[in-house]
Amino acid sequence: MTYASDVAALARKDLLLELRAKETLPSMLLFVIAALTIFHFALPTGTSDVAARGLLWAALIFTALLGLTRAFVAEREQSMFDALILTPVDRSAIWLGKAIAVFAFLVAAEVVALPAFAAFFHGLDGRTVAAVVLADIGICTVGTLFGAMAVAGRARELLLPLLFLPMAIPIVVGGVGGFLWFLVLYDAIFALLSWAAFEYVVSEV
Amino acid sequence: MIHARALAKRYGDRRVFAGLDVDVPNGGFLLVTGPNGSGKTTLLRVLAGLAAPTAGELQLPPRHTIGFLGHEPLVYRELTPLENLTLFGRLYRLPERGERIGMLLERFGLWEVRHERVSTFSRGMQQRLGLCRVLLHEPTHLLLDEPYNALDAEGATLLDGIFEEPRTWVIATHEPQRVDRYATERLAFA
Repeated sequence: MTYASDVAALARKDLLLELRAKETLPSMLLFVIAALTIFHFALPTGTSDVAARGLLWAALIFTALLGLTRAFVAEREQSMFDALILTPVDRSAIWLGKAIAVFAFLVAAEVVALPAFAAFFHGLDGRTVAAVVLADIGICTVGTLFGAMAVAGRARELLLPLLFLPMAIPIVVGGVGGFLWFLVLYDAIFALLSWAAFEYVVSEV
Repeated sequence: MIHARALAKRYGDRRVFAGLDVDVPNGGFLLVTGPNGSGKTTLLRVLAGLAAPTAGELQLPPRHTIGFLGHEPLVYRELTPLENLTLFGRLYRLPERGERIGMLLERFGLWEVRHERVSTFSRGMQQRLGLCRVLLHEPTHLLLDEPYNALDAEGATLLDGIFEEPRTWVIATHEPQRVDRYATERLAFA
């Protein structure tokens, strides 16, 4: 119960920070709509559903990357990891709170992006929506871990895409193919690994 | 109690310090002085458990009994003082935190601005809030790195007052004359 309330307090803090700063979500929304609009005009008429779905996934992955790049800005610029690490909170709760906040931003962007995709292309089926939600979990769990790793590095803007994009390839494969069981497996394995690894990422000790 | 033997810290090829012995008994007061870049901040980060020593033996109190104030006040700038302290009060699982938060905000002259965003504050007001955060959970060990930074005369006097409290202190400062009378141990970096 304490763990859950720690996670809730940390996630609430990130949502509040975004509500005040209004930096991450508007950028994600603008990016995903612009990307889908470009794809709409770039693709020839009569393009297959599979090709269009592929572009949707590319747009979603890069939108998520935008959100993940901003995820630890306050912790980096204001050295907030020092303050959080000294609290008796389990360090994985810091990761989970952040992952939940990033998940909320990504879902909010998709609430606009998916209807836009359906309007621009050939509609949207329930399987794709389910795949997107499952993919979001994997993106946020792995991406938040890499986001924290990138914060510690010098070339952080370069490091996050280099770490995250190769790990996103299985998500794209599962998403485009509609392999829901594969996405569930990916989420379970990488959520567990990220949860266990975060402690070693945020501190030298 | 803080106890360190033959403590060393390197960043790559650069040696920050080596062979350092530090003993601060419970209730003791270690005053750390030295020029910029001599290793004071690094030592405090090691003693707070925020950085690992490269070599040496180190015994620290449990991390939740430590209060640490670095060069940054370690508060979220887009939150208000009340929101910042409520968040840390929750994370430290403080019962009746509202009363304690109110008392600290009053003490450091921030009660009137408790609903304003920290980003609108001067650096001195942010430092006062940093002091509220660091005292919030009543730590038994307080490690303060240049705590007088950015404080005006009134803020500095408020800070002087906290050194009367019975805790274990490690203070790195360029103004040793302000706290010298409390010091039980001294460490001067060259």
